[in-house]
Amino acid sequence: MTGLWVVGAAVVLALVFGLYRRLTDGRARAVAATQRLTTADLGTGLGGRATLVQFSTTVCAPCHATRAVLGAVAAGSDGVVHVDVDAEARLELVERLDITRTPTVLVLDGDGVVRHRIVGAPRRADVVGALEELAA
Amino acid sequence: MSPIDPRGPRFAAAVTTAVLIAALLLGPRWGLVPLAVQLAAFGVGAVLGPARQPYGWLFRRFVRPRLGPPATLEDPRPPRFAQAVGLGFALIALAGALAGAAPVYLAALGFALVAALLNAVFDFCLGCEVYLRVQRARAVGVAR
Repeated sequence: MTGLWVVGAAVVLALVFGLYRRLTDGRARAVAATQRLTTADLGTGLGGRATLVQFSTTVCAPCHATRAVLGAVAAGSDGVVHVDVDAEARLELVERLDITRTPTVLVLDGDGVVRHRIVGAPRRADVVGALEELAA
Repeated sequence: MSPIDPRGPRFAAAVTTAVLIAALLLGPRWGLVPLAVQLAAFGVGAVLGPARQPYGWLFRRFVRPRLGPPATLEDPRPPRFAQAVGLGFALIALAGALAGAAPVYLAALGFALVAALLNAVFDFCLGCEVYLRVQRARAVGVAR
């Protein structure tokens, strides 16, 4: 009988959490301009207008789709660079920026200051919106 | 490992959901039968990868011929990681049942069921959620 209650609780928990994630995942969130990344941090040049820094791991299926979305956005906009960081190999950077899961995308302005954070696979419109906010 | 049809692990998660529900409803005695099936499936999936996972085989043999080819192929490492986490929960449940600790059995299977349901219904990526946290915790442990 207790088993039935556990099944019920698991179903409710999974549905609530899954729907919450579906609503909130991949949204661009503006963050206070307190963190700055440099060319040395990323091992590559920053974009003149913006840099999309993606944190990935090998056990992350949506990281592939994220790579495609960000790559296309960067290819289609001047001065925007996409950088893919292997989070596992850069734990000190992960710690400093408090990245907790993958994919996480940071949108940097032309000076390398972190302006937006997107946790979960980003929606294209949100990435474009974040870039437009930078330009404004 | 070569890329796989992403619908395979999703189908496997649905079968896993059914087997875990059976193990929960039957309780720590008769539930050991479905739990043993699930342990074997998780074990093969974690060690040999999702391409060899028994439910993945069912998918390829009986389900995939009825569907079209997949739109994209996926890296097998994310579902393999999820199988390993599932194996951990299933082993805890087994230990609970053998030790006569029914709450341990129920709680471990409950968590495994939440993960399997999220995977089946929402295509949830367990590795995305926990892998980096584990790596960070280990790095802190090493630093100490």
